[in-house]
Formats: sequence, structure tokens, C-alpha cells
Amino acid sequence: MNLDIRMPMGLMFLVVGAVLAVFGFATNADAMYERSLGHNINLYWGLLLFVIGAIMVVMARRASKAPAA
Amino acid sequence: MRIELHAVDYVILCVYFLFVIGIGWALKKYVKTGADFFLSGRAIPAWVCGLAFISANLGAQEVIGMAASGAKYGIMTSHFYWVGAIPAMAFVGIFMMPFYYGSKARSVPEYLKLRYDEKTRGFNAISFAVMTVFSSGISMYALAKLFGILLGWNFHFSIFISAVIVLVYIFMGGLTSAIYNEVLQFFLIVLGFLPLVLLGLKDIGGWDQLVAKLSEVAVGNGYAAGTWTESWAHTGSPAANPMGVEWFGVVMGLGFVLSFGYWCTDFLVVQRAMAANSMAAARRTPLIAAIPKMLFPALVILPGMIAIAMHVQSKGTFLPMEDGQPNYNMVIPVMLGHYFPQGMLGLGLTALMASFMSGMAGNVTAFNTVWTYDIYQSYIRPGQSDKHYLTMGHIATVGGILLSVACAYAATQFNNIMDFLQLVFAFVNAPLFATFMLGMFWRRATGHGAFFGLLTGTLAAALHHGLTLPKDCLVGIKGGWLGSMHTYPSEMAQNFWTAIFAWTACFVATILISMATRANKTDEELKGLVYSLTPKIKDPDTPWHKQPAMLGIIVMAAAVVLNILFW
Repeated sequence: MNLDIRMPMGLMFLVVGAVLAVFGFATNADAMYERSLGHNINLYWGLLLFVIGAIMVVMARRASKAPAA
Repeated sequence: MRIELHAVDYVILCVYFLFVIGIGWALKKYVKTGADFFLSGRAIPAWVCGLAFISANLGAQEVIGMAASGAKYGIMTSHFYWVGAIPAMAFVGIFMMPFYYGSKARSVPEYLKLRYDEKTRGFNAISFAVMTVFSSGISMYALAKLFGILLGWNFHFSIFISAVIVLVYIFMGGLTSAIYNEVLQFFLIVLGFLPLVLLGLKDIGGWDQLVAKLSEVAVGNGYAAGTWTESWAHTGSPAANPMGVEWFGVVMGLGFVLSFGYWCTDFLVVQRAMAANSMAAARRTPLIAAIPKMLFPALVILPGMIAIAMHVQSKGTFLPMEDGQPNYNMVIPVMLGHYFPQGMLGLGLTALMASFMSGMAGNVTAFNTVWTYDIYQSYIRPGQSDKHYLTMGHIATVGGILLSVACAYAATQFNNIMDFLQLVFAFVNAPLFATFMLGMFWRRATGHGAFFGLLTGTLAAALHHGLTLPKDCLVGIKGGWLGSMHTYPSEMAQNFWTAIFAWTACFVATILISMATRANKTDEELKGLVYSLTPKIKDPDTPWHKQPAMLGIIVMAAAVVLNILFW
């Protein structure tokens, strides 16, 4: 396999997750969270995306280090 | 209906665009031969092919349309998944992939050439090529229209940006680019829509409350209380459900003819499996795809059900109205705007954008392959070098996108022509599965049989459409243009029955003509193309959870359980 899709995809979710989480942190308790029923969904979901991105990147790195099967 | 986007939303959208282009750019150096460009060098792992396999089908029109159906018809919409997709996906993986992948055909039309003859391939290749360009254009048009209404984006700007981005990444990375972006889109849709469903369910008060609200919806529309939340219980008679269909039409028309015709023969999806890195991976592709596919109703149909429940609860103010009816196509945009703050809104719209673009990209990659191998190499310039065809593939990509753009603009002017074309494609597609089934499982089927069988099936579809009319419809594009012999309770019912007639006509005609004509291929030539002449694949070393038959049994069992749970 040439390029492991998990690498760019993981990086993208790391960036998007970070953007959302930081934005959520900065706007905590803003009136706009009434829409999401009082949850700071940017913060929670951003962190989740960040973790998913990190898992993808780790998996891609592991696969590239493993000897070619 | 307007959604206000802020800086953070645009940042997320731009990050996505950057990665999409970046993936194309990173793949560029791996594209050296025609096989790399058109077939991803047959080097993609099964799980990637599997996710691309369902994403290629999950264009934005499907996301928006399924949510609209969820609101309009309730959980019966899931028949398009649990009946209309899973069995066909299991079938193509277990029984048909050995011939597609094993024959080394580079496209579905090419399989028809190997199995039958040149004219059958030509018929399929040309109709398919026209269809893909058309679908890609319609996808572009829908994107530009929706983003114009929602975000106030200029129509030309939306067309331009989506065309350029799709062009750049396919031009550089070929099929691999398209597949990778489909996988990306899969995760974006799941991660972008899941919070929407969770918030919606919480807002309405959980599943039980949703069921209670939807029974009000059902009773309000004059149906039994459970109609919106029970998928089979009200299919005894077409009058008992809002789809206007009965169980036989659902099972035969949708579950057998339309579903097998699409999932087992449409090169757009089959191409994803052909790119797999081994026969085993190719066979697993649709089976892996079936697992998320059967869970998608929770992501795409449930939002519609929640929206219509909210609409009733809010005394008809949740969804915008159009001609006295809720505008069902606005379900997804309304839900996004209602529940997502800035930030998440950017993610949701990016997911929608991604599904529009991969809807286009999937069509463009299928088009450039069929054009280059099945039309250009076969009829225009045969016998050239691989490099020559690779260049042609690049040119076809540009050409395919330009034609799509032209289609998108045509759609703004000539709505009737577009509807008419869509109808013609439906006629051509309806009988296809009979041709493939006989080709793969009956070695006596001949080239003349296949070709004239297909024509007969297409004609039967047109005749059936011309002689019947759905209830309360005007004669014309909806049918009845040859006189009205039968009135169907709904357009969907007419659709299902058109498919059943077309398939049956093609099946019978192919058999009769094959019997009357001489076999045009020897048994030796048909080896690897027909079931009875192909050695069975034995792989005792494969662990049970990777064996196609085992996976097939698991996904079928799961689909049965889902049908029973929501009976």
C-alpha cells in the first residue's frame, strides 16, 4: 500500500477536533449553546474527534513500522 | 431558511478542502500506469474499499432524500436498507465478485464483453457513461442550489469550487483519490450527523416519546398509530401506509430487482471492490460495507422522523411549508440549524459538502474508466500504449467534469428534460440484473440473447410505464402516455412494478433467444466467467471471520433481526 489513508484522515480529525475544542472552551456558557440543549457540544465533540484522529494516526504509524507482511 | 456561518465554520470547511487536495497531491507520485489511475493498482485493503463502497452510494441527495422519506413515510424508509441493500450486497460479495475480480475485467461493461459480446458491452458502456455524467451534474446542481438557499452562496461559485476541487484530486490521484475521499466522507457523515441525532432524540424525550409523537403524526394523516414506527406491520395493503406499497412489491420490486440491479451490476460501486488488493479482499468489500450500511437508517432516516415529530409538537412551525405541505427536503438543513451552534455547524455542513463532492467524484472516476477502456480503447483508438490511455484518462476526467458542469446548468433551464432522462435511465437499468444473473449462472446464455433480452426488458419497462399511472397524477412524465390500463396507489408502487416487469421480460427473452441462437463462446472461453465452469475457490487457511460465506451469513442474520425488531 502506498499511502495509508489513516494518516491524512487522522491528521484532519486532529486539526478539526482541536479547532472545535478550543473554540468550545473559549465560548463556554455562550447563549448559542441553548441550541444544543445547554451542552457545550463544540468542546465535547471536538475532544472526541481529537481522540479519534489520534487513534487513526497511531494505527497508521504502527502499520508503517511493522515489517511488510 | 437561512443558516448563518461564522469564521470558525469556514475554518473547518477550509481544513477539509486542504486535506482533500493534499490527499490527491500525496497520491500523485504513485500514479504511474493506467492500472494505478483506473484501478488503484488493485492495491487497496478490504476495509477501505468497503467504506468507499457505501460512501459512493451515500451522496448528499441520498442523505437529504432519506431524511425527507423518514419524515414523509417513517421507518418504512428502512426497507431501502434492510431489504433493498443488505441481501444484494451479501450476494455480490459471495457469488458475483469471483467473476468480476477473477476475470480481470477492468470494468463491468468489459465483463459483459468477455462473457457475451461486443454489442452487449457497447450498449451497457454507452448508457452507463451518459448516466454517470448526468448524475454528477445533477449532484453539482443540487449542491449549488442548496448552498444558495442555505448560505446565500452564489450559484456559479458553488459549481466552480466543487468542480475544481473534484477535478484537482481525481486528476492527481485517480481512483485512489476518489476512494480515499469517500472514506473521509464516511467518517465525516458519521461524526457530523451522530450528535444531531443524539440531540434531537434528547430534545423529543427519547425513543418512547418519539414513538408517541409519531403515532400522532400517523393518526393525523389518517393511518394506524404505529405506521411511522413499524416497517412491515402495515404493508398488507397499499392503502394502509403512506408509501402506497404492499409487501410483495417491496420484496420483489425493491428487494430483488432494483436492489440487485444496482448493487450487483452498477460499475460505480463494483469499481470500489475491483480496486481491492486480493480476491478475498474484493469479496469482503461489500460484506464489510453491509455492516455500517444496515446501521445508517439511524443516521439518515431517524433525523427525518425526529423532525416530523418536532413539526407536529411545534404545531407546524418546525419545518418550512410549501404548498400546504411541510418541505421534507429541508429536514437536514433545518435540523442542523436548529441544534448545532457555530463550530459544529461547520462540521455538519462540511459533511454535507463532502457527500456532494464524493457523489460527483464517484461518477467521474467510473466515467473516465468506462470512457477510456470501453469506448475509446474499443471503438476509437485500440492498440495504443498504456501511457496513451493514461493520458486519455486525464483528459476524460477534465471532459467528464466539463460535461457535468454543462448538465448542472442544463438542469437549471430544462427541468422536464432532466426528469425525462432520469426516466429513460430507469428503463435501461431495470432489466440489467437478469442479464448478469443468466450470464454468471447459465452457461448457455448467448450474446444475442443478452443483447436482445436487454432491449426487450428496457422496452417492457417503457411500455409498463406508458400504460399505467399512479393515483392523482397527470398523464405524461409520470406515466399513462399510451393509455391507462392500471392505476397504482403511488409512484413508488408503479416504480417497483415497472422493475418487476422489465426484469421478467428480460429474463424470459434472454432464455428464449439464447435457446434459439448458437452459443458464441466456447466453454474454455467462459472459464472464470460462469459459475459452473469456474473452479471453486477453496481457502481453508482463511480464519472464519474473514470468509465471505460466514460474513454473509452474519450480515443477513443481522438484517433479519433488525427487520423483526422494527416489524
